[in-house]
Amino acid sequence: MKKSDNNMDRRSFVQVSSLATGGMMLSFSWLAGCKFTAEEALQMPKEWFELNSYVKIGENGVTTLFAPNPEFGQNVKTSFPMLIAEELDIDWKQVIVEQGNFNPIKFNRQFTGGSQGIRNAWTPLRTAGATARMMLVNAAAQSWNVDAGEITTADGIIFHEASGKKAGYGEMASLASTFEVPKEVKLKESKDFKIIGQSKSNVDNDSITSGKPLFAMDHYVEGMLTSMIVHPPAFGMQLKSFDKSSVIQMPGIVDVFEINVFKEDYERNFFDTTSFTKKVAIVGNSTWEVMQAKKALQVQWEEMPASSYKMAGWGGRTMDISIPSGLESTKDHRAKMEELSKNPVQQMRRDGNPEKAFKEAATILERTYNAPYLSHNTMEPINCFADVKSDSAVIYGPAQAPELIMGTLENSLGISRDKIQINLARMGGGFGKRAYSHYMVEAGLISQKVQAPVKLVYSREDDITSGIYRPTYTATYRAALDKDNNLIGLHIIGGGVPENPIHANRFPAGAIDNYLAEGFQIPSNISIGAFRAPRSNFNAAAEQSFLDELAELLGKDPIDFRLELLKRAQENPVGERNDYDAKRYAGVIELVKEKSKWGDPSIKTARGVSAYFCHNSYVAEVVDIDTSNGTNRIANVTAAADCGIVVNPDAAKNMGEGGIIDGIGNALFGELTFDNGKPSKNNFNSYRMIRQQEAPKNIDVHFVENNIDPTGLGEPFFPPAFAAVANAMYKATGKRSYDHPIIKE
Amino acid sequence: MASYSISVNGKTQTVEVDPSTPLLWVLRDHLQLVGTKYGCGIAQCGACTIHVGDIAVRSCQFPVSSVGNQKITTIEGLSEHGDHPVQEAWKEEDVAQCGYCQSGQIMQAAALLKSNPNPSDEDIESVMNGNICRCGTYTRIKKAIKTAAKNS
Repeated sequence: MKKSDNNMDRRSFVQVSSLATGGMMLSFSWLAGCKFTAEEALQMPKEWFELNSYVKIGENGVTTLFAPNPEFGQNVKTSFPMLIAEELDIDWKQVIVEQGNFNPIKFNRQFTGGSQGIRNAWTPLRTAGATARMMLVNAAAQSWNVDAGEITTADGIIFHEASGKKAGYGEMASLASTFEVPKEVKLKESKDFKIIGQSKSNVDNDSITSGKPLFAMDHYVEGMLTSMIVHPPAFGMQLKSFDKSSVIQMPGIVDVFEINVFKEDYERNFFDTTSFTKKVAIVGNSTWEVMQAKKALQVQWEEMPASSYKMAGWGGRTMDISIPSGLESTKDHRAKMEELSKNPVQQMRRDGNPEKAFKEAATILERTYNAPYLSHNTMEPINCFADVKSDSAVIYGPAQAPELIMGTLENSLGISRDKIQINLARMGGGFGKRAYSHYMVEAGLISQKVQAPVKLVYSREDDITSGIYRPTYTATYRAALDKDNNLIGLHIIGGGVPENPIHANRFPAGAIDNYLAEGFQIPSNISIGAFRAPRSNFNAAAEQSFLDELAELLGKDPIDFRLELLKRAQENPVGERNDYDAKRYAGVIELVKEKSKWGDPSIKTARGVSAYFCHNSYVAEVVDIDTSNGTNRIANVTAAADCGIVVNPDAAKNMGEGGIIDGIGNALFGELTFDNGKPSKNNFNSYRMIRQQEAPKNIDVHFVENNIDPTGLGEPFFPPAFAAVANAMYKATGKRSYDHPIIKE
Repeated sequence: MASYSISVNGKTQTVEVDPSTPLLWVLRDHLQLVGTKYGCGIAQCGACTIHVGDIAVRSCQFPVSSVGNQKITTIEGLSEHGDHPVQEAWKEEDVAQCGYCQSGQIMQAAALLKSNPNPSDEDIESVMNGNICRCGTYTRIKKAIKTAAKNS
């Protein structure tokens, strides 16, 4: 009989080849696993039997499913286990979900980002469930001496009809756990799904609503110290010196020292972005005491010289990253972007003869869109717990990409990766920010120095002013129309600091005979990073605002105009690299048209439409603004999405609602500017966030029903919201916004 | 440093802290009641909302020295079994995404319903306007408050 904490050498079927690297022990917290909520008052089994990395079953049939991926609100902790449970054919009420910790041998792709979670988990996790089920069926077949092919299962019960035999999974789990993991299994047809497609409540609902510790911020252990960091007040500055004596005598202060996130000459990993590699760490007994010392610490800063470092690219190719010196300001960025828009350096795509089309055009519509830096502002500020011993480390924190910080932890702490355990906390929001886990290294270094468990906490001000922002962007759209008002050419010039936003092969590329996309980028020392639907969040805002204005100029309905372009892209596409499916794209526009009752003369609201494709999913949105009281309140948003099969419909709607509100909020208010390298805002009294009174009164999210394998939802609802609200605001006010945020302070 | 005996969730607890220490950090660092969250430290986000008596208060701006004899309730003490009508409604409407702001939202909503058992949409929007939800669950929060009002 094999129990769950035995060696793993035959269970991890996902990465069979890597099993030779050593036996794995279960690294999960059993305490966490035993925390039953009132709702899940299941009888704990006396014994667990592990069928594979994702599934263990108790003798009484209670089943634990591991949710391997980092959770920051996208609900993968519920939807991933649903995939396993579906093929395991178990009663969802018998399931306990446990967060898996970082373990690349046991689990597949423990990365949350790019809206790729469900898409990548779709086959492996269902396979995990199906193989476990087959092992249970084989155990029953052996016990009953019948053919496994005659055995059926339902809701965690195994049946053999001919003999009338029946057993719960728990009764067969012990024997099943001794079997080899089957190499091949058949997965269900989508018509046979019983769990996928049925709404399941967030598995952490009880803990969230009763204030249980779920976040790294909530982690306290005996003897733990608290630490905060002090970083330069402006980009382009670095630490010169600090006066430890100014605070070391303050109550509760234990130590003050400098930390260097990276060792010299370390080739950084892809997500090793950090604005300030050298920081001052203050360590003390409690957060409030450390906060007081942070205010009192005497620090000298100096301008930093230009620098460069090596970083591994996404595919592993080494990149040379150059960071210029200087104290940058938004007004300089804007001037430089304007200048380079006239002479872009990168040609990204060319179809037909765009120069000729513009030369022959009867009318040219040209509009330039600008957008500011955005700060992620996750509700849980950056933090991380670390307990580093002489030759081992436990790191517990919010991490989107644990596998990408492991190498850096190993290098910076000088501890080999097999001695470093990264445990995954629920994250209080991410939106891209938590891919850049420099704080895990910082917490580790601080714990190493003070030889005690430490929780590193960034204040809200630190969180907002320490960088890794959505870049500032610009795009100029030019449309060429012939004398009959046919769209004969489109020219897009996009640029930004420091990246070019343009996705040159996206719609409306493919729908226009003469097309040119060009770009440029401006180097900067203000650090940037992924922000919910990177680049798309700006492209959609600019492009879908432009198409709205273009439709108006052509005297066409904005939905009909888009459908016309998509018809062209579908029937006779221009070019071969178009990265979207024009039929699915048109599908969501048609669905939002129907669901929003577009064109219904009885609807008196100011309406705006927008649609976008990104992260393999299609979303169209209609925003309705009520102008009746002069308040211009968003009354309603109707959205239609095509993300293939919807795993957890109500949670998917929640994600859609959130993406829409986030998009509207950032379009209306989101803005970070710089003056001599200093961020203009550092907390929610100056950085305006969308609130209850500005949120739409109602949101209706609809999904296209099909049997296509599922794609992402975390990001795709976000980009179209920017232009949907901008286009509706135009209808409400008669003014178009070319510079975001739409509402200026 | 001074000694304070404060009533939290029906229990009197004694802490030795500086008088300026906000109740937020007393709850989190000293009493390990971590359901009350740090979000901004300047009473702008509502993640740290607790009840002082029946009133919703931002604990990040409420020094421990001001507590006196007032009864403090945190999310952990809102109900014994996590089944206050507001908590139940939050589960029923599946409000949470990341969940970080939700204990503050729930505490604010519970105080609202105590003083106004049948709030209008405008009442809800106005009272809940101080609580930021970065994930954007506002429409569900409003719906859950109405559900809680109905079920109370």
